[in-house]
Amino acid sequence: MAMKNLAGKTVEVNDEGFLANPNDWTEDMAPELAKEEGINTLTEQHLKVIRFMRQDYKEKGQIPTIRRIKNASGVGVQDLYALFPEGPAKKAAKIAGLGKPVGCV
Amino acid sequence: MAEEKIKKVSIVVSKGSLEGIYPGLIMANGARMEGMEANLFFTFFGLEAVLKNKMDKIKVATVGNPAMHLPSLLGIIPGMSAFATSKMKKEMEKLDIPPVGEFIEMIHDAGAKLYACKATVEMFHLTKDDFCGQVEAIIPVGKFYEVSAGGQIIFT
Repeated sequence: MAMKNLAGKTVEVNDEGFLANPNDWTEDMAPELAKEEGINTLTEQHLKVIRFMRQDYKEKGQIPTIRRIKNASGVGVQDLYALFPEGPAKKAAKIAGLGKPVGCV
Repeated sequence: MAEEKIKKVSIVVSKGSLEGIYPGLIMANGARMEGMEANLFFTFFGLEAVLKNKMDKIKVATVGNPAMHLPSLLGIIPGMSAFATSKMKKEMEKLDIPPVGEFIEMIHDAGAKLYACKATVEMFHLTKDDFCGQVEAIIPVGKFYEVSAGGQIIFT
């Protein structure tokens, strides 16, 4: 695995750039991770999704699915695709410092 | 050498049982999750997935399905299909796979386009009002090929 400098901290990432250890993540790394995904500005709405995902992961021990985010965070599917184009589940998980989601939905 | 990525899929759902409908829905949703363009075309009994009064009453077929490991004679017992369906739905819920109605809404909101097959609609004497609001249009096969242009077609 490779090491990468994010927000002044050196962290371990996998070959797709996902943080190897979610505990290494701090919110000030989010803008840099977002840029890698083509999202230049993180809005409050982006952060709402990311914070929800972090919280849910902490409580449930698994990365929330799109359905889970839709039903539990109040951000709808259309908005998720608008915020994180071409793949909200993976992009948001990456920006939130979580691993790559492996589920089918 | 890296293969070229799939950019667009059009999925035909032709069967009306739970096991006939879900694979197509999961594939269409999965395509959007990977950033691909996705179309769903419902034909014959597959139309049940987008019929307002049928979509949330989809059942597993318990007869004529050797992989159920249930003798067909038992499969015909009243309530057997409902029982198998409820068991399977519980397992699906654990994996966060939504009921058909919610799934159709999610797939639509994810940006996939849903179409109903014109020939079947006419054969079953249905109208646009019989379908859930997520269905974009009732289209003939020629139009289906037109909207599928440049992508892969998957028949389920």
